[in-house]
Amino acid sequence: MQIVFPIVIDAVAYASWLFIVSLGMTLVFGVLKILNMAHGSVYAIGAYAAATAVALAAALGLPPAFSLVAMLLSAVAVAVTLGPLLERGLLARYYGRDEVVLLLVTYALFLMLEDVTKLIWGVNPYYVSEPAQLFGNVLFAGMRIGGYDLFLMVLAAVCGLITWYVLNRTTSGKIVLAVIHNPEMSASMGVNIQRVYVVAFTVGVFLAALGGAFTAPMISVQPGLSVSVIIISFAVVIIGGLGSIQGAAVGALVVGVARSLAVHLLPEIELFSIYLVMAAVLIFRPEGLFQSVKSRLI
Amino acid sequence: MSATKSFQMAVVAAVVLLLAGLLAPTWLQFLVTMSASNGLAVLGIVVLMRGGGATFGQGMFFALGAYAAALAPTLLGVQDAVLRILLGTLVAGLIGAICAPLLVRYRGIFFAMLTLALSMVMFGLLSKSSALGGSDGINIVKPTVLGMALHSGNAEYVLYCLTVIVSVAAGWLVSVYWNSAAGLMALAVRGNPLRVEYLGASARRSLGTSFVICALLGGASGSITAQALGHVEPNFANWTTSGELVFVAVLAGYRRVPAVFAASLLLEIVRSFSNLYFPNTWQLALGTFMLLVIMFRPEGLGSLWPASGRRKVEPALAVPSVTGGQS
Repeated sequence: MQIVFPIVIDAVAYASWLFIVSLGMTLVFGVLKILNMAHGSVYAIGAYAAATAVALAAALGLPPAFSLVAMLLSAVAVAVTLGPLLERGLLARYYGRDEVVLLLVTYALFLMLEDVTKLIWGVNPYYVSEPAQLFGNVLFAGMRIGGYDLFLMVLAAVCGLITWYVLNRTTSGKIVLAVIHNPEMSASMGVNIQRVYVVAFTVGVFLAALGGAFTAPMISVQPGLSVSVIIISFAVVIIGGLGSIQGAAVGALVVGVARSLAVHLLPEIELFSIYLVMAAVLIFRPEGLFQSVKSRLI
Repeated sequence: MSATKSFQMAVVAAVVLLLAGLLAPTWLQFLVTMSASNGLAVLGIVVLMRGGGATFGQGMFFALGAYAAALAPTLLGVQDAVLRILLGTLVAGLIGAICAPLLVRYRGIFFAMLTLALSMVMFGLLSKSSALGGSDGINIVKPTVLGMALHSGNAEYVLYCLTVIVSVAAGWLVSVYWNSAAGLMALAVRGNPLRVEYLGASARRSLGTSFVICALLGGASGSITAQALGHVEPNFANWTTSGELVFVAVLAGYRRVPAVFAASLLLEIVRSFSNLYFPNTWQLALGTFMLLVIMFRPEGLGSLWPASGRRKVEPALAVPSVTGGQS
């Protein structure tokens, strides 16, 4: 029990922020059919924006609790700025191309955003630990758990539930599902496809930025942040099944558990435990855990 | 183009490049060596692209070739650069042949993601292996070339010659393969694998062949690059290395072999000058360039070449894209 509990807590804490980021990636894939490599860059920009926003809030003399609001607002600002700009200004010009070509387009975008981030924020690391310190530690079953970790778990659950509710229980969500299922038919029924694409992509960007913003207090925000996140998020959505919210949740948990087990029991394999799991899932269930096999056209 | 004519052209290209190398300064020899060497790995990706596969894991074979060449002197006592290249090529090809039956069940982004996962497993293994130098990698003992010892006066040019000869030979062999029945079959598989299956051929076997060729070329590339640099590191297997190689493949397109080496040289020149004059924005320039190529030249730089000989009609696409995992 003494070893199991820390493994579980670490796994769920890691899965929490990963779920928020992967949720955005799987949503964008579900609606736009784009596996977005630039998603990691948006995550990094979210972290940088949050660092700037928290520093600004402190400079203005706002109470420490406002730093959480500042991080949320920074994610909104990143989404509202980058979402429509990237979708309308860039990605829309490549629609209709093969999925692999779109993957390469977002890879090019990732390269560009890497340098844009360095040009705006420089190469020196930023530290914003104040929001995490607000929560202190919680004693549970004789173990000390970071309060901020618990907050992230709640935030991830809220993000997942809101997304699920909006998609399944509201008219707008059902329109999005209709577009996912058949864009041409939806357009013929009067749905403004372009608007759905912009909104879905912007929500995806928001979730990536939110993941970055609320992870910032736990890490040093510096160049190279996006690289690892992209591949781990890929692993999550591939494991869960592309375009599936439940899949993203389970995928994040699987990755979290794999990493946590490796860290605690076999540190040598930490670096590639996630990819081993991803390869294993792809081998035995190629469409991911929550994706049904599609019929093929000749 | 017939195999004889393309062979004559390859010989002429090799002779011209070898003579030009005599006049080139050392830095240019090194630049061409690196671009031709990387061009081999890109050529592998292009062969796979033309055969209907997309890889984000070429770094795995690149690293396998590099580490095989690096370990050859200590483990097997192999000092000769040519033998090390052969060894690197064979090791990568062998691992490629082992992975191929598993990978050919997939298409599109699933194929790309699985190759990426395998290369990242390799990256993790290499980073954590203290016997292989961990994340620092290992230095390589300077090789001999066909019994000739290398020293600071001749090393650059001899490796340049070796790289040029291997690259031209590989380019010629690939062009022969592309014009063969198996090569044309690969093009048909790219268009519509199911149609190929209905015609009685095996799309999976064709994709597997393309993948093994991709692995062989990746291994050759890695072993040459490692010897030119004198050092190998796990980063060779990282996805960013694979991504850069894919970038050059997109730039080159899958129509012409020379376009692959031209695109690789272009990238090396851009990288060298960008690192020198604007080190903080070179990825920005690279990304912008890539977007422009995909938008305006989706077939790559190779499509700029005038068509030679009789016009080849490519198989029409019955389905715009194949989504989903298994084929």
